[in-house]
Parts: sequence; structure tokens; C-alpha cells
Amino acid sequence: MALLEVRDLTVDFVRRGERPFTAVDGVSFDVEPGQTVGLVGESGCGKSVTSLAIMRLLARRGNKVSGSVRFEGTDLLRLSDKDMRDRRGRDLGMVFQDPLSSLNPVIPIGLQITEVLERHRGMSRKVASVEAVDLLNKVGIPDPSRRLTEYPHQLSGGMRQRALIAIALACRPRLLIADEPTTALDVTIQAQILALLRELVQDTGTALIMITHDLGVVAGLCDEVNVLYGGKIVERAQRHQLFAQPRHPYTHGLLASIPRLDAGRHEKLIPIRGSVADNIPWDGGCAFAPRCPNALPVCREVSPRLVPDNGGLLRCHNPVRPPVAAGGGIR
Amino acid sequence: MTNPAPEVLLEVTDLKVHFPIKRGIVIDRTIGHVFAVDGVDLAIRRGETYGLVGESGCGKSTLGRAILRLSEPTAGQVVFDGTDVAKLKGEELRKARRRMQMIFQDPLGSLDPRQSVESILLEGMRAHGLDKDKEATQSRLRQLLSAVGLPETALRKYPHEFSGGQRQRIGIARALSVEPDLIVADEPVSALDVSVQAQVVNLLEDLQAQLGLTYVVIAHDLAVVRHISDRIGVMYLGALVEETDADTLYANPMHPYTRALLSAIPVPDPVVEDSREQILLAGDLPSPANPPTGCRFHTRCPWKQASLCDTDRPQLREVGRGHRVACHYAEDIREGRIQPHEVEPELVELSGLLNPDLGPPDVGSVSEIL
Amino acid sequence: MNTLLNKKKEPIDKLAAAAGHSLGGEALRRMLRSPVAITGAVITGLFVLLAIFAPLIAPKDPFQRYLQDKVILGQGIIPGSQAGYPLGVDDFGRDELSRLLVGAQNTLLVGVLATVIGVAVGILIGGLAGAFGGWVDTVLMRMVDVMLSVPSLLLAISVAALFAKPSQWTVIIAVSIIGVPIFARLLRGSMLAQRNSDHVLAATSLGVKRGAIVFRHMLPNSLGPVIVQATLTLATAILEAAALSFLGLGDADQNRAEWGIMLSKGAKQFLDVRPELAYYPAIAIIVVALGFTLLGESLREALDPKNRR
Repeated sequence: MALLEVRDLTVDFVRRGERPFTAVDGVSFDVEPGQTVGLVGESGCGKSVTSLAIMRLLARRGNKVSGSVRFEGTDLLRLSDKDMRDRRGRDLGMVFQDPLSSLNPVIPIGLQITEVLERHRGMSRKVASVEAVDLLNKVGIPDPSRRLTEYPHQLSGGMRQRALIAIALACRPRLLIADEPTTALDVTIQAQILALLRELVQDTGTALIMITHDLGVVAGLCDEVNVLYGGKIVERAQRHQLFAQPRHPYTHGLLASIPRLDAGRHEKLIPIRGSVADNIPWDGGCAFAPRCPNALPVCREVSPRLVPDNGGLLRCHNPVRPPVAAGGGIR
Repeated sequence: MTNPAPEVLLEVTDLKVHFPIKRGIVIDRTIGHVFAVDGVDLAIRRGETYGLVGESGCGKSTLGRAILRLSEPTAGQVVFDGTDVAKLKGEELRKARRRMQMIFQDPLGSLDPRQSVESILLEGMRAHGLDKDKEATQSRLRQLLSAVGLPETALRKYPHEFSGGQRQRIGIARALSVEPDLIVADEPVSALDVSVQAQVVNLLEDLQAQLGLTYVVIAHDLAVVRHISDRIGVMYLGALVEETDADTLYANPMHPYTRALLSAIPVPDPVVEDSREQILLAGDLPSPANPPTGCRFHTRCPWKQASLCDTDRPQLREVGRGHRVACHYAEDIREGRIQPHEVEPELVELSGLLNPDLGPPDVGSVSEIL
Repeated sequence: MNTLLNKKKEPIDKLAAAAGHSLGGEALRRMLRSPVAITGAVITGLFVLLAIFAPLIAPKDPFQRYLQDKVILGQGIIPGSQAGYPLGVDDFGRDELSRLLVGAQNTLLVGVLATVIGVAVGILIGGLAGAFGGWVDTVLMRMVDVMLSVPSLLLAISVAALFAKPSQWTVIIAVSIIGVPIFARLLRGSMLAQRNSDHVLAATSLGVKRGAIVFRHMLPNSLGPVIVQATLTLATAILEAAALSFLGLGDADQNRAEWGIMLSKGAKQFLDVRPELAYYPAIAIIVVALGFTLLGESLREALDPKNRR
């Protein structure tokens, strides 16, 4: 049994006076203990909503969640609020994108860590403080005992993100969900944070769900990658496979449109035409069809299903034929 | 076939932009300065694309704005086609602005939400008297929209009715409306979806080829900058630390910061990611209000030496053809005579005011920027 | 090169064919869907209509003392609701309903004038401070701070007390002064936010003249919050005017048909005899204030750019 089994997760947003909007549409994936799984896609593809739905952090009203999210056998979606609160922090940790708004600005960092330790691991304040210093040290914050009494705004973006990671890992959860943890950070700081995540995940054996739009981040971190578009998974592959032979035209298009450090400088970028707003509903065909260079007439009539493909999964009527080199690199 | 020396369109000499930090209860007193740009020399040739890269707090955006006098230089010269723009005032300045335009990062914020696209595009033309002939003006509007790939029906619409990529293209059309020579693009694609970024990058390249524009592209995404630039300047904490042509920068970076920066960029290729050596910088960027003595990078430099680095500020000097580096030991590092070592991360005290993640402190009034 | 020319003619993406929808239009549409907005609009609309057409609608002459002979103040007798006088009569035997209706006119006048003057002076001060900055800004804003530091009613009372001969204008001016610092700060704040925005920078970079930037770019975008605040201020202006009248700082003529005055008289003199004389104007004031508040709040929500999809 996998650590986390998401089956047919669907999230509909309903607002008064408007049509319901399906942000996540029948998403299913597994996460094994110690594995790093990536959820990749651009804005609006549903990846963030998926993680919020798994953690039961969506607003109480205005949305409908269906499907199942089995964590070590228990369906998180059917738990009571109290039981879910017990789980959050203790078994499941989350790191968000914007560390400034994810940390309470009026409470010192130290207290935000000890709070979690006291609640879930039953430590006393004294013991928790010692553990907090240890945690801050582990995430690479210099002079940790002094930092305990500082407020979030006194730390830089990179340091805040490290603090967030420390809070998320304080109770040694078995699963960590990181939602665009480095998007708001500079590239050298991003490298630090990603190296830190890699190291921590290896040391503690925590499983990680990495949500990002940056394929470079995915290439360096994830074992298995799910590509999302329009709320559905359109391709899943092991990491080397995905980059060497992307099968879905969207994945292929993304890789071809990103300028790469190791590609020839004068190779023209091949953009994906149109924008995310140019789509047709999944029940009437393939949502990507209006932008797809491989589109066939059937793509606008029949919704493609997710089928096994070469060790992974693919949702496409007319995938990219291998062998294809990703991007414009000279191989 | 000999090429004539490329003509220098813009020459910046010892440019400084220092923002005063004011505090006070009744009257504001200046208690310090943010040294956003602290002595930059560069020359941009007509027709080229000069990329300016660096992370937050390095001053690249401020430099871009200072060049266009959208931020007031504290010292130094900005000579555009023979005229020192930094010294111009009033109507002269207003007229000179026509030849240097800017494309902004945030496509939504840079378009006036209450004006239609037509009005937005006409504004610049009207300000310089380019709209006298109705027919010609209408034709020009259509030409502008067509050049950026938008249909004519866009004229009647308002900014909020467009997507991010489309808005950015309207911004480009607006910059083109007054027929500038130089365009400073401040993070032109970073706010856009990945799949749309390529559209805008391609568009900028096409326009340059058609219209003979000169670009200064400011970005933190090195892969994008490398793709589009002829020459690149790397900035750290208000100063240029390295400058050379794009190919050389990526093949043979000499400044320690450039090397760290390049090694930090994620590459969408697992084989490369697994095998490459990463130079991880320790700790945070020092505060631009309180920069380190000597070489600004010495507090985080893996190649820092015991002498010179913390006392003498290195000047940008030629180390190869067109390759300038600001490092005392650049050649030693390249030859391998010095090895990198561990760096202790230094504590950087931050109060809310001096957070490098925020923009420059408030200017005193509207008229100061107009 | 040929492909370049072809690319020029074909747009990269298609746009919806519909004509442009300005932000104002969108806001209006959003308000039409909100029950809160509609309620507020209905109440204020009714109020305005009543105020305008009061003299025509009023069943009786508000000044004629029809049942004066039936009023015996000494014994505490004031005729109440009866045929022809649905809300009874006041202490002079005048029809209460008619007085309420005509009172709407005076009340609206007081409220509107007080607000308008407050807005005008306020945005003048705020506009100057925001546009010039420097010491002009500092001096003006310190003055505004002083005004804001005094509780609003106290401020109005102090101003009203300065008038040797209090009249309706005393109330209007006193109440308008309460609004001045609010609008000054509001506009200055909006303008400060605007001048930091990229589109103002873009206009500067295009070479647009200073004046054009202030009036075309900054002001239209800054007025939204001011309009919202104005509707809310109208509501409180009516209440404050009533309070001033109640305290006797307004029009000395206690016989005017104005809700504040009627409430004041009713509450001070007839609470034990015929409390309705206080209740009716009070309810009217509350309902109208509510109407404006609902309208103002829904306007603010409709104009909030975060609600844009």
C-alpha cells in the first residue's frame, strides 16, 4: 500500500450566480514512502488546489470535493475536522510559496515552531525550545538561538522559507507537500533551498510532493512527474523518461519553449500558441486541442483517457512520436 | 571586410543612485542611504541587446530606471546619443524621453485600467505631436497592433479584458508608438506563464530585427537573458561585477558570483542536474544600506583571500577581449591557482525598511518623479 | 523575411468579439446582481424621490395646524393616529406624515450639502498634498491629523458653537468639516498609491505632460474610494446633523420640518406623552442611513479590483 493514494480527486468551485468551475478533475496518483513526486503545470492547471484539497485546507464553503485521499489507509476526506487537525503537522507537513504571509507576523519564529512541537509531540516549552534550535540549525539558519525570539519580518525571504520548512518538518511527518516553495526566491537562494529539501528528504525518509511550474526544479528533484493541464493529469513518467522522451504535446511544447542554458544560443524558441484561456471543456474533447500542434479532428470530439504508455501514463489521441529530443539541445 | 567600430548609443559613467532613508516624527530626517546603484560604467552599442542580470537587491531595475530618468541619479552621467540625459530638465527632458522607452514587468499594473487600448496607444503620440494627421494616426495604430500580433478589435477594449501575455504586448506596442531608439525591458516575461514567455521573447527579437531597436533587458532569469542578449552585465549589490558577450559569459564566467549564479540555475534535464557541480552561496544578500567594505561580495565568496578582498573595492577591468571583471583574483581563480573554500554564513540584520525584497523607499512627492 | 510579413498580419491569438467593457460598466453589472446593492439602491432611491416630490405627495399642508384645538399640552394630550392623519399630529396639530415627507427634503439637503462641501474641500487639500509633496504635504497633513484627532461630534460641536446666530448652515458647515480630513487623507493616499504605479511611470516615460498625468491617470483611478466614502459619509452626515439639532446647535427655529429637529423636539419634550413623535423621525433617519451605507458598501465591493475575474 502506498503512503498516499489519491483517487479521482475532483474539486468544483461554486460561486453564486456563476457556472461551477472544475479546478481539479479526477486526479489520481500515488506517493510511496520516501518518494518525491512532482506536480507540474502552469497557473490555473489545478496543482495548488490539489494540494490544498489533500490537506483539507480549502475554504469551508464555495467548493465541492469528491474522490478519496487515502493516507496510510485512512481517507483524509472523510475524517472529522478534529482528526484532520491532529494529522496536519504530525503526519503531513506543508510548505507554501509565500513565506511572509504563511508565517504569523506578530508571533516570534521560535514560538511558531514550539507551538507545533507542544501540540503534536507533547513536549514542554523548555524541551521544545531546545528542539527548535536544533531544527533551525538543521535547516541552515545561522545563530539559531538568537533567531528564536525574532519576528518573521526580521528575516530575509530565504531564511523565512527555511523557517517554514523547519516548522513543517518539526514533527517528522511522513509526507511533506511543498507548493511552489522557491518561486518567490532569487535563484541562488532557490538553489540553497532545493539542496536543503533534497538533503532533508534523504535524511528523514520523508515523502515529498513537489508542486511547481519550473521544469528545471523538477528535473533535479523528483522521482516521478505528473504533468497537469486544465485540472487533469495529461502525462506521468519517471523523471529521466519525461525529459528524454516527452510524449504529450503539452509537455513537449513546454520543454521546447523554455530557453536552456545548455542549448545553442540562437535556436529559436518554439512557443505554444494561444494561452491557457484557449481551451475547450474536457467532456467535449481534449482541453489542449486549441493550442496543440498535433491536434486531430477527434481531439475536439472525444475526450482522451489516461492510458498506460511506456511505463507511465498518457492522455492523448496523437502523442509526440519518439525519438524526440526535448528542447533544442545538441545531444 | 572590416566592420566600422560599433556606434555607442548610450554611455553610462560612474552612475550612482542613493535613496535616503528618512525617519522622524514631525519632520523627516535622513538617517542613512540605500546604495541601490553605486558607481556603474557601461556602454551600449546601437542595435545590440544588452542583458542586465542579478538577483533582488542588486540594483538592476534601479539602474534601468535611472537611465530613463524615471529614478533620479544621485551622481554620474548618462549620455544618450551625445546628450547627458542626467542633466536635462523640464521640456528638454520631456522631449528627450521620446527616444528611450520602457517595458514593465507587471502587465496589469503598467496599463491604466481606465483607458481603452486606443487611448493608451495614442497618449504618447499625442504628447509629442505625432497625431496631427487623423488618417495616418489610425493607420499607425493598426500597424502597431499588427506588429505585436493583436487584432484591430483590441482598440476598443480595456486592459482587464486581456490575458497577461496580451497585456504585455500592448505595453510593447505602447513603447513602440513614439518610435524610440532604445527600449529598456524590465523583467519583460517574468510575470507571464512559461508557455507565453516564448511568444513575447520571440516578438521582441522580431521587432528588433525589423526596426533596428537597441535593447537593455533586465531580468533575473539567466536562461532567458542568455537567449536574447548579445552582451551581458552581471550586477551584485549595486555594482557591475562582470561584463562580456553572452557566449563567453556562460562558457567562461570569471567572477565568483557569476559562477555561483550560473551553477544555481535549474536545467530541465535530469542528466545535467545530477552530474553538475553546484556552487552554493552561503547566507543572505547583505543589506544595500550597509554594504560590506572592500569587495561587496567578499562576505559570501568561496574564493575570498586574506588580503585585498575585504579592504579594496575591485574596479571593473579588462581580462580578455571585451570581457571585464571586478575581482582582484579573477585570473588566479581561472587558472586554478586558488581553490574554493567553505564560507560561514553571516548574520544579516534586517529591519522592515531595509528589506531587499521591497522596492526602493518612497520618494517624497509626485512632482519629484514627474 | 516573408514569414515575418505573414506573421504580422495574423494575430497570435483571437479576442472575443464583444466590444470593450469599461471598469465602470463591469462594476455596475456586478452591483445589479447583488441583493445588498439593490436594497441600498432602492432605499436611497425612494428617499431621494420622496425628498424631491414631497410637497406634491404630502397629503396635507405640513405647516397648517389642523388639530391645534385638540392639543392640550398641559394635560399631555396630543392626538395620535386617526382618520386623515395616519401618523397623528405634532404638538402644534400639524400632520406628522406630511411633516415627515417634507422633512425628507430638508434632511437630504443638509446631508448632501454637508457631504459635498466636505468632499470638495477634502479633495482639494488631499490633491494638493499628493501632487506637491514636500513641505506642502507635511504641513497640510499635520493640519489634517489635528482635525482627525478630535472626535467627530466634538469637532462639529466646537465649530457650531462658533456661530453667533446658529442656523441650518451652521449644521451644514459643522458636519462638512468632519468629512474634510477623511477625504483629504483618502485622496492623498490614493494618489500616493497611483504615483508609484507602473502606468504612471509609463506615462512619464512616454513624455506625457505633468498635468495630463495627474488629471488623466492619477485622479480617475483615485476617485473610486472617494465616491464610496462619500456615500457612507452621507449616511453619517444625516446622523450628525440630527445630533447637532438635538443639542440645539442648529437652526433655532424649532418649527422647521427636518428630521433632526423633529427628533430633537420629540425626544426632549414629548417622550412621555407621545413618544411616536420621536420614534417616527428616528426610524426614518436610521432607514435612510442604512440605505446609503448598504449602497456605499456594495459600491466598494463592486469597485474592488480583487473581485475582478
